[in-house]
Amino acid sequence: MSDIKFTEDHEWIRMEDDETGVCGISDYAQDQLGELVFIELPETGIEVSQGSEAAVIESVKAAGELKAPVGGTIVEVNETLADEPELVNKDPQGDGWFMKIKVQDSSELDALMDEDAYQQYIDGLD
Amino acid sequence: MPNENADKTADSRKTPLFELHQQYGAKMVDYAGYTMPVNYRHGILKEHAHTRDAASLFDVSHMGQVKLGGKDAASSLERLLPVDLIGLGNNRQRYALITNERGGIRDDLMVTNGGEHFFLVVNASRKNADLANFESNLDGDCQLEVLEDRALIALQGPAAAAVMKRLAPSSTELLFMQAARVDVAGIECFITRSGYTGEDGFEISVPADAAMELAGALLSSADVRPAGLGARDTLRLEAGLCLYGQDIDESTTPVEAGLKWALSKARRPGGERAGGYPGFDVIARQLEGGVERCRVGIVPEGRAPVRAETELVDKSGRKVGKITSGGYGASVRGPVAMAYVETSSGAEGTRLEAMVRGKARPVRVAKLPFVKPRYHRA
Repeated sequence: MSDIKFTEDHEWIRMEDDETGVCGISDYAQDQLGELVFIELPETGIEVSQGSEAAVIESVKAAGELKAPVGGTIVEVNETLADEPELVNKDPQGDGWFMKIKVQDSSELDALMDEDAYQQYIDGLD
Repeated sequence: MPNENADKTADSRKTPLFELHQQYGAKMVDYAGYTMPVNYRHGILKEHAHTRDAASLFDVSHMGQVKLGGKDAASSLERLLPVDLIGLGNNRQRYALITNERGGIRDDLMVTNGGEHFFLVVNASRKNADLANFESNLDGDCQLEVLEDRALIALQGPAAAAVMKRLAPSSTELLFMQAARVDVAGIECFITRSGYTGEDGFEISVPADAAMELAGALLSSADVRPAGLGARDTLRLEAGLCLYGQDIDESTTPVEAGLKWALSKARRPGGERAGGYPGFDVIARQLEGGVERCRVGIVPEGRAPVRAETELVDKSGRKVGKITSGGYGASVRGPVAMAYVETSSGAEGTRLEAMVRGKARPVRVAKLPFVKPRYHRA
């Protein structure tokens, strides 16, 4: 399994093989949003560009969205989130994954932060 | 991505329970000039459920507590609002609305006849506006005092009475909307049996320097946990209670807001002290002839919450109203909302669509409240 990468908007992506990455929102993001009550995932097969809105997230407190960490084609979504959005609160970087993206241009990954850089980034936010 | 901006500005004020919020790991936000807890470690959903199942302690010290004394207090205050205060008995509490010349609502508040004086609890965000209004419009023998040195603690939920019985035995004799001056855990307090959750409960006005001690005594019961503004908001929404600034404001009248019940008979047309407050002509006309829009409950289909400011359209796509409060009702286990709609679209069961992120989502008009109130009326 390759390394996890993060965006400034608190999404993560982890490449499962050379072309497909699984993504979701970070632990920091779920903590800031609070308990999630609704998630709307995209349909598989659609294409997204890096930074475009790919999923809708509603918590008890607020509405948010997941922006695609890289551009590509949605190949799979985590259907269990429709009935159990709280999975994202419990395990944001594991069982609470949102979708898998077939990455169009792997150089887009290079602009993302690794785990250490992301930790420093969120430490600077408080 | 999270758009919650905890604006902890240096000039936001701390309540006397600030240390308690820290001890319980609260997430703090700036609200109406105060640093207030949104939620504690358990989170909004669990705090909401615990309030309905047992009891929760809410710090509501940000609200304005005002004392109004003098022999003209009642008659003078009556000139600002459509409520019978002259007829309000000793140790009785009443919900009231301060009106403007257009019949709009300047604030909603609780008024209690404390015998020696009236005790008012006003919204934090309206405190300054209310005081300015009182100072320029109250006259005769009328003394206004802002109680800056008191905290306000709400204990809400079905277990509240049992908890209070241990700390203030006589308190449980009170019925809904009654008040008493009693010692709670040995601290002299002024309590009312009321709240903002739809549950039985008490609001306790306590000297600021004893607030931490009182909160500690209440929280020493296994049934009581702290709850923040997040749960307070979802609880009051399910209970169909208005939030000032969202569901009612200067542009909405009591009749449009479905608050006719708060207009005392004595102050309505034909009553013994009819009128004599700002906006009486508008309110009288609306009582007689009806209104063009009204506040209703809204239940969205599916799981997605529909938030304030969302537009509502009818089948033909015509705009018929707007959501004023919306979120997730933890007890009804689904999204709930309140809205103003054209009266012709306001009948229970009417199907409308909410425009959420450019997509039409089906909703229906529903009866308020969404949960049955459990006030201790008898």
